[in-house]
Amino acid sequence: MQALYVIMAILLIISFFFDREKTIKSINRGKNKFMKILPGYLKLLVIISLVLLFSEDLIVEYLGNQNIILGSIMGLIIGSITMMPGFIAYPLAGVLLSRGVSFMVIAAFVTTLKMVGIVTYPVEKEYMGAKATIYRNIASLIIAAIITISMGLFYGEVLF
Amino acid sequence: MERCYSKMKKKKTNNTSNYIIFGAFIGFLIISRIINFELGIEMGENFWIFARDMILILPPAFVIIGLFEIWVDRETIENNFGESSGIKKHIYAILLAATTVGGTFVAFPVANSLYHKGADYSSIFTYITSASLVMIPMSIMEASILGLQFTLIRIGISLPLVVISSIILASLFQQYHYHLPSDV
Repeated sequence: MQALYVIMAILLIISFFFDREKTIKSINRGKNKFMKILPGYLKLLVIISLVLLFSEDLIVEYLGNQNIILGSIMGLIIGSITMMPGFIAYPLAGVLLSRGVSFMVIAAFVTTLKMVGIVTYPVEKEYMGAKATIYRNIASLIIAAIITISMGLFYGEVLF
Repeated sequence: MERCYSKMKKKKTNNTSNYIIFGAFIGFLIISRIINFELGIEMGENFWIFARDMILILPPAFVIIGLFEIWVDRETIENNFGESSGIKKHIYAILLAATTVGGTFVAFPVANSLYHKGADYSSIFTYITSASLVMIPMSIMEASILGLQFTLIRIGISLPLVVISSIILASLFQQYHYHLPSDV
């Protein structure tokens, strides 16, 4: 994260050195863009705080003791709906693993968690438009399902 | 023109209501702290996890986006991320995604800016989807908990699929004559 500030500072210094006016214009452009989307991000924060509230219990309860196919489907659904930072999601996945939950279920949860964002829809829609957002998320869900099945095959948890 | 105006007006009231919801939510969190309402306190902790990241990451990210839009000329982006640049654009998109700090929150506005500088659909779809897939710090954490094998399979299978799906989606959207929102 510090890297981001270092990069910004270096870019600003170089930019300022070449063209003062353009630098100020750039900062204003960034600021305006940020102010425009800020309400969207704020709304997102409220939704995430609510969703995170019940998702941890939901995950432990529903992914912990299911048969593998049902568990994977639940994993795909829960992962799509919730949103978690990695430092919560991975330790949680580690706990599930130690309880004997299969890699397939964990893969379903972890990949959709990252790739499919129902919660981020309001922000993604602003930048990509509703149609592109929906199509991209559906494509991501399909990819996540393929990864899930592959994991099951790879770890020998399912045989067709 | 009339329609455009009413759309703008609608947007403005929508924004105001978002601010009101947010203000009410913050009020709720503060009151929860005071009266020791456990559910509210827990929500506040969840809120802070994401809010802290956003406060730290978004401002510098948007300054860099501003610099990008003012300084980088269209031609550079068209050559590297444009329709004619073949598989190269997907590789660039994945590399950019792997190094994007902040994941999809930052990737959305960056993708929009890239698009308006001449990047084509398939490269920005690849970029956004892989921004959540291959972020380097997250992948390292994943490998240390779930095993390197897990991470390698996940990335190895997903990246080609992401590129393929992006190409399919791009050809669909070209048929629709779809345009990404401008002026955001």
